[in-house]
Order: sequence, then C-alpha cells, then structure tokens
Amino acid sequence: MMLSRTADHLYWMSRYLERAENLARLLDVSFSLALLPQSQNGARAEISAPLVITEMLDEYNRRHDELTPEKLLHFVALDRSNPASIVSCIRQARENAHAVRGKITAEMWENINATWIEARDYATRGIDNVGAFFDWVKERSHLFRGVTYGTILRGDAYSFIRLGTFIERADNTARLLDVKAHLLQVEASASDYYAWSALLKALSAYEAYLEIYRDAVTARQVTEMLILSPRLPRSLRACLEAICKILAQIEGDNGRLAQRDAAALLAQLKFASVDEIVADGLHDYLSQRLIDINGLGDRIYQAYLKAA
Amino acid sequence: MHRIEPPAASIYDEMLGADLSVRPHYDEFLRWLNQQSADTLAQRRQEAELLFHRVGITFAVYGDNPDAERLIPFDTIPRILPAGEWRTLEAGLRQRVTALNAFLHDIYHEGHILKAGLIPAEQVLANAQYQTAMRGVNLPHGIYSHISGVDVIRHNDGQYYVLEDNLRVPSGVSYMLENRKMMMRLFPELFARHAVAPVEHYPSLLLDTLRHATHADNPTVVVLTPGHFNSAYFEHAFLAQQMGVELVEGRDLFVRNERVYMRTTAGHKQVDVIYRRVDDVFLDPLAFRPDSMLGVPGLLAAYRAGNVVLANAIGTGVADDKSIYPYVPDMVRFYLSEEPLLNNVPTWQCRNPSELSHVLAHLDELVVKEVHGAGGYGMLIGPKASRAEIDDFRARLIADPANYIAQPTLALSTCPTFVEEGIAPRHIDLRPFVLAGKDVKIVPGGLARVALQRGSLVVNSSQGGGTKDAWVLEA
Repeated sequence: MMLSRTADHLYWMSRYLERAENLARLLDVSFSLALLPQSQNGARAEISAPLVITEMLDEYNRRHDELTPEKLLHFVALDRSNPASIVSCIRQARENAHAVRGKITAEMWENINATWIEARDYATRGIDNVGAFFDWVKERSHLFRGVTYGTILRGDAYSFIRLGTFIERADNTARLLDVKAHLLQVEASASDYYAWSALLKALSAYEAYLEIYRDAVTARQVTEMLILSPRLPRSLRACLEAICKILAQIEGDNGRLAQRDAAALLAQLKFASVDEIVADGLHDYLSQRLIDINGLGDRIYQAYLKAA
Repeated sequence: MHRIEPPAASIYDEMLGADLSVRPHYDEFLRWLNQQSADTLAQRRQEAELLFHRVGITFAVYGDNPDAERLIPFDTIPRILPAGEWRTLEAGLRQRVTALNAFLHDIYHEGHILKAGLIPAEQVLANAQYQTAMRGVNLPHGIYSHISGVDVIRHNDGQYYVLEDNLRVPSGVSYMLENRKMMMRLFPELFARHAVAPVEHYPSLLLDTLRHATHADNPTVVVLTPGHFNSAYFEHAFLAQQMGVELVEGRDLFVRNERVYMRTTAGHKQVDVIYRRVDDVFLDPLAFRPDSMLGVPGLLAAYRAGNVVLANAIGTGVADDKSIYPYVPDMVRFYLSEEPLLNNVPTWQCRNPSELSHVLAHLDELVVKEVHGAGGYGMLIGPKASRAEIDDFRARLIADPANYIAQPTLALSTCPTFVEEGIAPRHIDLRPFVLAGKDVKIVPGGLARVALQRGSLVVNSSQGGGTKDAWVLEA
C-alpha cells in the first residue's frame, strides 16, 4: 500500500528514464543508417524517423526550416525547450524521483541526480562524440535499473517502478518496429538487411537473434522475435508477461480491470503467429497494439495512480 | 601549526580565551587539527561539498530559476560544547518549552495569566497569530508545540541567551543530522578521539513524540509538505523516510465525516497524526486562506472534532511572537513556580511610548526587529547600519510602533571557521530541537549556524549563513 501520488511519481520516473534510453537507441540506429551510401531521400527518411516515431515532427518544423543531422540531434537529444528531448526526459525522471526521494534508496537517488547533473552539462557543452553520448544514456539507464534491482525493498514501490519501465518499453519497441514496417511490403534489398540489423542492434537484440535463428537477418524473423519471443527482454510479449506478473503482486483489489486487459493482451501475443501478422499488415497490427498498450496505461492510472 | 586569526577583543570565542589560550574542550581537536596538512583539509572540504551536491542536500532559493539549488555552506570546524554547559542549557530549554506549552493551553482556555495581569490581554488576544478557532479546543496531553527550535546565543559575558522560540514549523534538523554524518564520513578518527554525544536517534524520538500526540491506538502518522518546490522539501522527505511514514501533500488527503484520509493504491486510509510543515493559514482553504492549494478542505473541522492531531497545533505562533517574547520568564514563574534557567535578551516594546522614545534615541546602538519578522528579514542592526537606513527605520517606527521591538546589539560569540583567508573567527548561534511528548526530549546539540561574512551577526541561511556540526562532549 502506498500513496497514489507516490506510485504515480515512481511509475513516471522509470517511464521517463526508459523513454530517454529508447530515444538514444532510436537516434543511434538513424545515425548509423544515415551514414550508409544511399539516395538523398533515403538518408533524409532515416534522419527524420525519430521525429516521426515520437510525434515531434511538427514541433521541429515550427523551430527549424531545414532538417540537418546537427539540428535534429540537438533538438531530440539536448534541447531543454523541447519537452520530449532526451535531456528533458532525464529532467522529468529526476524530478519525479525528487518528489519521492524518501521512497527510493539513497543510492537510487544519488544515481539519478548525478545523471541529471551530467545531462545538464551535456546540454550546455554540446555533444562532440555522438556514439559516446548514446552509450552514456544507455549506461546511465542500465545503472539506474541495476541500483534499483540491487537496493530497493521488494514491495509496491518496486512494482510501480517496474510497471513504468515495461509499459514504456512495450510502447517504444512497437514504435521502433513500426518505422520499418513498410519494408515488409517490397522486395528485400541489400540495404534492408542493414536496416533490420541496425534495428536489432539498437534494441540490443542482435546476439539474441543469432542465437535463436542461426540464420541471416530477415524481416519476418526480426518481426517475430521483437513481437512474440518470450525470451527477448524488449519484445512485446516479454513486456506483457512482466506487466501481468507485477499487477498480480500489487496489494489491494483496485486493479481488476487493469489485470483483465493485460491478460487479454498477453493472450493475444501468446497465440498470434508471425504469418498472420505479416499477412494482415504489420503496420496495422502494431497500431492496434499501441492502442492496447495505451489503454492499459490508462487502466493502471485509473486503478492506482489517480490522486483525485 | 595552522594560523588561527585571534578573536576580536570583547567578543567571547568558543575555542580561544581572552588570553588566546585554548579552552580545554578544544584541546584535543586543535591537537588533531595541527597534525593535518592544509592540503588534506582543503581536500576534505571539497569532498564535503561534492557529497552534499550529489546527495542533493540543497535548498531552493525563492525567486531564482527553478534549477538553481544552492548548498548551505558547511564548515568542518565543529562547535564544541562541554557536558556541563549542555546540562544547564538542556534543563533551561526543557523548562522554557514546558512553560510555553502551558501558556498556549492557558490562553486558548481560561486565560489565567491574562487575568493575573502579567501580560496585557489585548497583546495576546488581538495578536495576528492568535487563532480564535482554537479557543476551548482540548488537545491530547495539552501539548501545542511538539517540536520547538529554540535559538540560543552566547554573549560576551559568557552566558547563554535565548534569541527566539520557534514554535510554528521550525526547520534545520536535517542539516544537524547530515552535518554529523558528513563529519563522521570525512574525519572518522576525530570521533575515535572524542566522546561526542550521538544525535542520530532524533527521527525515532520524533516518531515517539508524534505517536504520543494522539489517544488513538497504533496511530497512522504522516508528514505534510507544501511540495518539492518548497525550500525545506529535502528535510520533509528526509524526516518522513527516517521515520518510515508517508510524506503527503494536501492533495493526497481528504476529509469525510470529520475524519482525515489519504488516497493510496489500495484505497483510503485514515490518518491520525499530521506532522505538518505547512503554515497555519495554508492548512485549510475553508477556514483560512481560500486560495491555498497546499491545504486540505475541512481539516480544521476534523481537528476541532478531535479526530486528527496536528503537530504543531494551530495557533502556536502567538507564543513565539517577538511581542510576547519578553514575557517568557514571567510564564516560567507563573506556571512552574520556578526561576528561569535561561536568560532572555532585554527587550524594549516600542508599543509603549516611554520605551519607544528610548529606542528612538539609541537607534545606532540597538537591534530593531519586526514583531512578526523571521529569517533575518526586516531588521535593523544599529551599529552596522548607515545613516540612511537608520533614518528609514526611525520613520517606520514612528508610523507603526507596535510592529517593532528593540534589543541591545548582542555580541554573538565566535568560533574559528574556514574562510577564504584561512581560519578566522565568525559569529555563531545554536538551534537545539526540543520534542515535547510523554516527556520533553532534546538530542544533545542542535544546528550550529555561522555568519560567514566577517563581523556579520546574521546567521540565517537565506542571508548567506553556513552551518557547523555541534558536538556535546560526554564527560
């Protein structure tokens, strides 16, 4: 049992940090693909992908009249006036932590506060090495998860922190995969191979892919793994399995509807087949799952987090 | 040997006597200090600053941009009190807070002290801090000020004086605890060489005090904060965590059938004791300021019905008001039939024409304070003031004499402190925290504040003051 507002802060603390991490992963894949030899339009599409996925394109166009890698990097990574930038996500994660610093361990607080202080320095100084910056974001997120896992009491606080992580991660994985959905419609080309490999690498799933399939990277198998594999920690199914377990552990009986919706969504993922998904259209399938995840987030809010 | 700038003549220094000999309770510390190289000490000071930043022991400065969080400067030379001095102080504080609680109960009930003519009734009843809503309300054990922060200074006569009694929402105790933790982390060997009385159990004493403040069995205690933009938010979160209770904001609570509940992930839970760090006027928009977003509608009604306890009580401000301060020794005599153990600073009440004319004639020697002022704002320090400032205050005094009191300029004692030029004497005070529950408890020491500017007498953190660890040596 804990204050609804406290649960809300814990949940958003980890959602924002997970979002910052996934933004870094997304930028990483776009930047590496933009470096490949390809048409002007292709490079442009790669570069603008992060803006499209995160629904930041209009906001970007309001501020900038041209799309350059430098401007985009600054806007998505460092721009403190862009509420959805990596630095802004870290700030919001830290502010949520600040509001409940008594409910997290001193190590967790010091870790997230130090991340914020360094992020602020990045925002002032700028990024001189793009790859090192993305690695830094991922590493800080890994560290925070590690210090959380290693120090916090197992109880509702831990549950709401993990709930935030998995809801955000399920959403982000679906969005990342969706960017590549159109590639399934056309004949596979050499550059597609790079695109799917880059996506796997961005999701830290490349090694897992090789181990599961022992095969060249194909669109169908990547899709299958990222949506349906119970063993890949960033797949939709793995996220939903985690969410169902966590919901069952939370004290009290406010969460009946959230548990029901989560179980329905998990069953959908358990019994779906990749052939059906591809036949029905990956984009449509993912759009429906994004709506489901969003609805589940709303159920969780209604059940536990609403302060009024 | 480190050079320590000698204290000014006619000022009491905590470490060095008038002949510059070392006071015995600083012997061991100074011996240790002289074994440390200047580099090591500088390094430790840097380490302390880094740690405080990382831990986020900062306070927001009102009006600055929201990202600006400042550290309260921390000085690594402790204020040391010998055991005997502390025993006297402790007895005096216990006596004083007991009398203040008796006074608060009295003025919200029969008003014996007013009928006895010891304090002019209109000075109490017409005081802006007097809450008529509290008349006739019976509080468990008759305790109003559960947590008091009493500011004490040492004058150049070597005696301790109470500067003010803070009975509303006194803050600073988290700094006392963090300063000790920092000193033990930086200089563990010092604690092997000294028998320093521990302060770490303060949160558990506080929880005992709060649990005792209600008649409810197995009470649910919460800390009520204005929120994380408040300058003392760190302390609110710290104390809630250390006590293992919920830290709530007004919007987490609601009142139904004159009972207070908090909203939790498992439904509603009744609250029995609220350690509130929100001022009276923001507590309940139905009863006080209707624009308050920090309070809980209906809280006052639940409180008056006896279904929830507030610590401190509503309306304690009347007893720590500067216009009531001069009467505290009378309260000790009246309620306890004892002689006060702690000195009060002689005070002129400008509301009385004869005292006003004395004050106006001696403005360049006196300290003039607003009756309701706090935090070192709105005061005149005569000997340090310019002609223009004195003239300005003269006009204000004549326009509204009842709003001011005046006191002689006390020569706050000094303690050697690390400053830019090296180690130099700086003026200090001490705020011990007094807990009134089943009995009165005080952890040995308190928050030692230091004015970092040469010659300055203003120790408030909002005015650039710093803090020190305060040690009571066990005999």
